[in-house]
Amino acid sequence: MSGDGKYFSTTKKGEIHELKEELRVLDKSRRKDAVKKVIAAMTVGKDVSPIFPDVVNCMQTDDLELKKLVYLYLINYAKSQPDLAIMAVNTFVKDSQDPNPLIRALAVRTMGCIRVDKITEYLCDPLQRCLKDDDPYVRKTAAVCVAKLYDINPELVEDRGFLDLLKDLLADSNPMVVANAVAALADIRETSTQDLLVLTNQSLFKLLRALNECTEWGQVYILDAIAKMQIKEAKDAESIVERVVPRLQHANSAVVLSAVKVVLLQLPLIADEAATKALIKKLGPPLVTLLSEEAEVQYVALRNINLIVQKHPEVLSHEIKVFFCKYNDPIYVKLEKLDIMIALANERNIDQVLLELKEYATEVDVDFVRKAVRAIGRCAVTLERAAERCINVLLELIKQKVNYVVQEAVVVIKDIFRRYPNRYESIIATLCDSLDSLDEPEARASMVWIIGEYAERIDNADELLESFLEAFPEENAAVQLQLVTAAVKLFLKNPQPRAQQMIQLVLTYATQETDNPDLRDRAYVYWRLLSSDPEAARAVVLAEKPVISQGTATMDPQLLATLLGNLSTLSSVYHLPPSSFVTRAVHTPAPSLDNGALLRERTATDDGAGSSAGVSDGAPSPAATAAPQQSSSLIGDLLDLDISDPPPAPAAAAPPPPSVDELVEVVNAQSGKGLAIKAGFSRENNGPVFLLQLANGTQQSLDGFMLQFNKNTHGIAPTSQVVSVPPLGPGETAGASVPLTVNPALINPAANPNVIQVAIRNNQQGVLYFTSACKPEILTAPAPSATPLDDFFGL
Amino acid sequence: MAASAVFILDLKGHVILFRDYRGDVPIRYAERFITKLNELEEAGKVTPIISDEGVSYLYVQYSNLYLLIVSRENVNAASMLLFLHKLREVFVHYFNELEEESLRDNFVIAYELLDEVMDYGYPQFTEAKILSEFIKTDAYKMEVQARPPMAVTNAVSWRSEGIRYKKNEVFLDVVESVNLLVNSNGTVVRSEVMGALKMRTFLSGMPECKLGLNDKVLFEAQGRGGKNKSVEMEDIKFHQCVRLARFENDRTISFIPPDGAFDLMTYRLSQNVRPLIWVECTVEKHSRSRTEYLVKARSQFKERSSASNVEIFLPLPPDAITPTVRASQGTAVYVPEKEALVWKIKSFPGGREFLLRAKFSLPSVAAEEEPHGRMPPIAVNFEIPYFTVSGIQVRYLKVIEKSGYQALPWVRYITTGGEYEIRMA
Repeated sequence: MSGDGKYFSTTKKGEIHELKEELRVLDKSRRKDAVKKVIAAMTVGKDVSPIFPDVVNCMQTDDLELKKLVYLYLINYAKSQPDLAIMAVNTFVKDSQDPNPLIRALAVRTMGCIRVDKITEYLCDPLQRCLKDDDPYVRKTAAVCVAKLYDINPELVEDRGFLDLLKDLLADSNPMVVANAVAALADIRETSTQDLLVLTNQSLFKLLRALNECTEWGQVYILDAIAKMQIKEAKDAESIVERVVPRLQHANSAVVLSAVKVVLLQLPLIADEAATKALIKKLGPPLVTLLSEEAEVQYVALRNINLIVQKHPEVLSHEIKVFFCKYNDPIYVKLEKLDIMIALANERNIDQVLLELKEYATEVDVDFVRKAVRAIGRCAVTLERAAERCINVLLELIKQKVNYVVQEAVVVIKDIFRRYPNRYESIIATLCDSLDSLDEPEARASMVWIIGEYAERIDNADELLESFLEAFPEENAAVQLQLVTAAVKLFLKNPQPRAQQMIQLVLTYATQETDNPDLRDRAYVYWRLLSSDPEAARAVVLAEKPVISQGTATMDPQLLATLLGNLSTLSSVYHLPPSSFVTRAVHTPAPSLDNGALLRERTATDDGAGSSAGVSDGAPSPAATAAPQQSSSLIGDLLDLDISDPPPAPAAAAPPPPSVDELVEVVNAQSGKGLAIKAGFSRENNGPVFLLQLANGTQQSLDGFMLQFNKNTHGIAPTSQVVSVPPLGPGETAGASVPLTVNPALINPAANPNVIQVAIRNNQQGVLYFTSACKPEILTAPAPSATPLDDFFGL
Repeated sequence: MAASAVFILDLKGHVILFRDYRGDVPIRYAERFITKLNELEEAGKVTPIISDEGVSYLYVQYSNLYLLIVSRENVNAASMLLFLHKLREVFVHYFNELEEESLRDNFVIAYELLDEVMDYGYPQFTEAKILSEFIKTDAYKMEVQARPPMAVTNAVSWRSEGIRYKKNEVFLDVVESVNLLVNSNGTVVRSEVMGALKMRTFLSGMPECKLGLNDKVLFEAQGRGGKNKSVEMEDIKFHQCVRLARFENDRTISFIPPDGAFDLMTYRLSQNVRPLIWVECTVEKHSRSRTEYLVKARSQFKERSSASNVEIFLPLPPDAITPTVRASQGTAVYVPEKEALVWKIKSFPGGREFLLRAKFSLPSVAAEEEPHGRMPPIAVNFEIPYFTVSGIQVRYLKVIEKSGYQALPWVRYITTGGEYEIRMA
């Protein structure tokens, strides 16, 4: 062991100066020691950038270890010293031609990591050579380097034809090179609008062939890439499945999960029902085995299984026992297992499940115990024929008088009452025995609801309510609301003086002394109802309640489909679509014309970007569940505008956008559910236009595009809502230019002057929202032909 | 789709190593991670993957370290977590022990490794054995410059060429581990057998191996399912050296093995098996403070087999005082830090029953509030050599190498107790 720990001990004052001195000595080993000290200082977070030139001077060396250390330093500090970074270029270029492949690869790998624009041009020649190197180790490194370069300067990559070279590597004889080329192309695709991994029979075959031979990580890249391909032909799907199914036997769980994903995605294309059934059957055992993996991997597997059983419960319907919790499982594993147990519980296995849940309800971890009790309630609500058995278990638990168990039980019993009215009310007496122990708002509120709802069956309902009312002002708002309602119910069912007194007390307080508007409003409503028409009050307050539905855990099918397509990734762990948490910047490809500006923009529709609070709970975000409505309403309603159509104008013609100033991607294929939109403002025929480029990445044809702007500072609006594009077939792209006009009714001075909010809809997908950057110049820019402005506004 | 950076932190969140792969998550995020982790720990909502302000943190804990991956993208979570475990293995292979000290002492090598195992956030090459052929710990190795071994880019990425042994041998251990869950009322809730074929190879050159098992699916396909004893394995997982497509086709297990020790395959059987060692514990509470355990342990396998190193962990309440134990066989001691009595029986032949009686008292003044929650389950460790639950048999292990040497295969069978939980009443 080398004992490099000593390099971390510092001499504090003047350290940088000392290091500088040491880096300049001639003795090789002392110089190396100095570089090690620099790296050690860097690791603990010291700024050692001031000695940049001295460190870079050590780069020219035959000592591979020293070279690697200097490279590491460069990666970390080149960005802060962009001008000095050029110093390193010569050595890089030289190293990239070294006879030793390890050094060639090292040079090209490191250069790609130096994110300095000035260096990138020097990188091109070495990269070009390395992409065609004889040694596969160098080629595989160069493949990844293309993705690095694309991230810094996408145009350069396209101009130099690196993308084509990269695609050529898909046919490389070496499987590792193929795998890295796939990874690089997939990486580039994330930020580019071009689909670089377009499926052809040939490319698919190449990938499947490499799958058999590359490393476990390479197999994951290839499988994930196949999962992203739009497979349309049944025969493609079949050959994919045939090659991918053996992967289910791989020792690496990531390979297994990605293989499961690919197989699931092909299922809809396979017509043969028996074959589909057989495939689904094959997925079960590998999924079960994932549960003997490391706990962290189990967690990912369980979050994924949760999704899989929602779509294909038959995969694991006979395996519920493997989800029974082990004593030493980490709590996050236990909680996930519980969810899956609930999903798989049915009338055949419910007895076993209840026995388990009862067992859990006596464990030590309070959160787990609570969730176990809730799980019993969920089973009761979903499995009608097992409801009674569930209730018996709950009653047994209540009798053990463990405070938080009782509270949780009361909450779920309320749900059971709502689900099966007039069936299990005989247990109310038992519940009332534990009244005193309830101190959590939700439990108290539930209990009060039960007392109010069944006031006529509880002899001392008035007494019980009174005991709650003593502390009314201090109660939690939810309990207060329930108390008001319960008091009214009690009064209506049994209008005795005592009840009347109670109701007066409650309503007086709730209307006069509370700051809570909800409570006050509810109290007023009751008050007026009671004073004007008691019969009406009866009809309202004691109305039959609809039975609550059982499917509390079902996910929006569209979201579920997205998540299943993302199995094994973070998206499937969070249960959120990628667009809601991915914060990587997205490039728009360089415009086809000469405009050289490098546009970097976040996807405008990343509505959840950056704010993924509560993600680890796995709660679907509102953005995620807001699936496009299939409403046929005109788009005018969508932004809640109350305007008449602007004056009629000739419908826009000439679809192919002419001189495109700059089109920015405003909706990417992910957030647009397959539809990618680029947009921008420009001038055309002496008038302002809104240019659109629509790329249909969905499996269906899209038509009926309509467009609407929200009110904005300029009052800009399309002359017609109809976007004149022909129906867009799958994979097709079309451009449109929509003439704009100014409508004073649409001016909103408070809006952000630089962006315009846009809604676009089509008949198949519903509505998408995005914002588009708008320059006011398009309205006022002197038209080349000097058309009088009046003419423009007279449109 | 890739990792932004890899961190190795101590438990307080101080950075020990930091390798930035994509330049979009700076080093200061280590602090955010620890803050967020502590927050979640307090709320009892810790998960191995944390999302905070657009950055995802995937981590595993090992000794006094966190191995952490950060990303801004929708990375393959399973792949990243497994990568961290692989990274841990690589470090352990290099430094023997992986903890703060050993990492600091080897930070130069550690950085070299981090450069090799991941590129631009994509896992690359993680075979410790092959890595050590060109990234060496020896400080004075630089006389001859290393080159990437063929294996790094070969289709056979787990074995280098040119390995030589005087004596060519293969050791194959068939290890079956029994997981059992028994309810407090004595019913078996779940039992499964996790099997593994553990190999140690000392073979020269690039040997082609073929392994024959009494695999039921294979026997049926060959039309000899009837009379031969065969086993039905539910889910078989293979080391990456095994040709999966070939197995899918005709159930042939063929491979070029790595050098040294590895798990060739694992399998699972979930049909109910009779618990091999059955433990019953009757708890008698004589008074508030005096309790007695009566424990019966029974071996339920054939008499010619014998279990060795049997350890039965009997949980006691944390505040148990002066337990006294009497066992009909073996020794039993109170291990306060485990809050359990550990009953050790060196040799436990099949078809026998042993008894243990333990008495202990509890403080006469109980704590103000009775601690809620039941006792942990009884756990059992054991080994039964020359025995498998499944009846799996290695029929042959052929080794063919172009030099034509004869290799000696050695096969052993053993069954062990795995996650063996018997819930207390």
